[in-house]
Amino acid sequence: MSVITVENISKQYIIDHKKGKGANTLRDVISENVRSLFGNKKEKDVVTHEEFWALRDVNFSIEQGDRVGIVGHNGAGKSTMLKILSKIIEPTTGTVRIKGRVASLLEVGTGFHPELTGRENIYLNGSLLGMTRSEIRKQFDEIVAFAGVEKFLDTPVKRYSSGMYVRLGFAISAHLDPEIMIVDEVLAVGDAEFQKKSLGKMRDNSASGRTIIFVSHNLTAVQALCNKTLYFEKGQLIEQGETNQVIASYLSKVSKTRLLRQWETPEEAPGNDLVRVRRIELVPEYLDDLTHIDVRTSMKFRFEFWNLMDHANLNLSLHLNSMTGECIFNIGTQSKPFGKGLIAGECTIPGFFLNDGSYTISMMIVKDTVTPLFVMEEGITFDVEDYREGIAWYGKWPGYVRPQIPFHTIMLEPVTSEQ
Amino acid sequence: MKTHEVIIQPGRSERHYWRDLWRNRELMYILSMRDVSVRYKQTALGTAWGLIRPLTTMLIMVFVFSKIAKLPADPGVPYPLMVLGGITVWTFFATAFTQISNSVTMNSNLVTKVYFPRLIMPISSVAVSFIDFLVSLGLFIVLAMWYRFIPDWHLLMLPAFIVLALLASFAFGLFFAAVNVRFRDIGQLIPFIVQVGFYICPIAYSSRLVADKQDEWWTPFYWMNPMVGIIDGFRWSLLGEKAYFNPQSLLISISIVGVCLALSLYFYRKRENTFVDDI
Repeated sequence: MSVITVENISKQYIIDHKKGKGANTLRDVISENVRSLFGNKKEKDVVTHEEFWALRDVNFSIEQGDRVGIVGHNGAGKSTMLKILSKIIEPTTGTVRIKGRVASLLEVGTGFHPELTGRENIYLNGSLLGMTRSEIRKQFDEIVAFAGVEKFLDTPVKRYSSGMYVRLGFAISAHLDPEIMIVDEVLAVGDAEFQKKSLGKMRDNSASGRTIIFVSHNLTAVQALCNKTLYFEKGQLIEQGETNQVIASYLSKVSKTRLLRQWETPEEAPGNDLVRVRRIELVPEYLDDLTHIDVRTSMKFRFEFWNLMDHANLNLSLHLNSMTGECIFNIGTQSKPFGKGLIAGECTIPGFFLNDGSYTISMMIVKDTVTPLFVMEEGITFDVEDYREGIAWYGKWPGYVRPQIPFHTIMLEPVTSEQ
Repeated sequence: MKTHEVIIQPGRSERHYWRDLWRNRELMYILSMRDVSVRYKQTALGTAWGLIRPLTTMLIMVFVFSKIAKLPADPGVPYPLMVLGGITVWTFFATAFTQISNSVTMNSNLVTKVYFPRLIMPISSVAVSFIDFLVSLGLFIVLAMWYRFIPDWHLLMLPAFIVLALLASFAFGLFFAAVNVRFRDIGQLIPFIVQVGFYICPIAYSSRLVADKQDEWWTPFYWMNPMVGIIDGFRWSLLGEKAYFNPQSLLISISIVGVCLALSLYFYRKRENTFVDDI
């Protein structure tokens, strides 16, 4: 039985571009009308309306008990879709049919008032999310225990640490009992321990036949929680189906991956009178039938360049940088004498080494171990996806590297019950 | 439990809107309680402010209008009592009107994040002004006893005038609340309206002074003000026949408030689905 049917949903926004004046204030509207009343069109501001479709012809249906993930870039229309399902915004066209009680969790601690105490805010937030007071009263102790804020119940939440605030907010929503639950990015907050607890709670909920719609940038969480996934891009639903399949195609579409660049002749190649780059390449050794790099994948790196000098002592220097520009590591070759010709350098970046994230490789050609002849910035760009096995925690794995250093536990001596 | 199907379509407002509103009465109550309990948080004097304000306003007005400007009260009615009666109902209307007008923008964080019948915001926002009103009314009763004024059967009409004042605040407030979402100019305009209203309404003076000036060209405009009938009637039900009250002005009040309320409500309901796009 499908509990949610979405037909031809579109949402259009009109963006006013006005020459000269920015804000659309009452004064503008009045003065404009007054001016046109007197037929004075000369001074009238040029207003151009731009149509922007936040969503366009979206169709899907969700079965009871489905756990549906929604993925896509920022501005792809995910949040607009959720807000339409939550009745917060009205679609421009189309129809949505929903059967059952819906609870929307678009932020943690909706309506929390900083001056009110934790206790008061539980009632405030709970009733905003659609709980009755008697329901809240029944769950009250459980909510407080889940959030771990027993001692601060009568403290205004403005004095809460941000962690406590988030825990309390999530605890309330975790104790909702709707048939359909709409969740937006709430797991992006809170510490790792709490994320684990909340995700576990959501899984328990879905085990009881509840339908869940979950938007997240955290693909690992989507993979762990959802059996179906919708992939939005530029306001359109471009793919839907089994989670693993949709996420794989999402990854292949979104990554800015550039694993190979090459130039046929020195004339068109980047470089200068001394050296020219011919080829820069990263060849991942994909595991199984995967088409993306994950933390297990090892990669062969190859760099070729033309040396245009007669005699030079040359070495290569490789910088592997994170997306934020931090250098993860820098390795160099031995400096060797070379004549004119095509020179290649090769190395292997092992699997189980880089943590998940986006990386770039920059190459430097160095003369006499001290003089950089040419620097090729961000010649290669690639993403490393996360991979976990047998771990029920889905938060971002910390650290720059992800080595598999053997690490064991053993039982030193069992405690035998005294008798 | 039978689950009803919700249909979301452009321009289609919830079929069960009024039932939803009723179902959400707890939310209404909790939002009211929020406003009330937040009001005097971190103030040393707390709820005493509810007393201090009308009392000092009254004292100042007694000083300025009675002692300096020598405005006469209705015969047989002590001037302070007349002023306090006027202040009580006017302040109730003015704060309710202000709160309603700002209710949607003040709750913008809710509008963008949860659905509920949007009328809940203006309705729950009047709780604060009603509590202030009760405090001020209590003050009036104490002062009336001091002047040995014992209310008579007129008092039975008091609830009707309170309701009328409340309806008036909705009649004008709902419209501004909806416009305020789009044009924040309203936020600037409202204190100004309230300030002007304070002088054109019979608060520091009695309508009797206007009634005596029949031949002045502006008097018809004076009676067009719907608040005149409400304030006069409110005082009349508290102070009896000694206070000036023209039943005709009440008719004007009722018809203007009725028409404006219907239009405002229609406008608000029409706009409420687009609040989130403009807020």
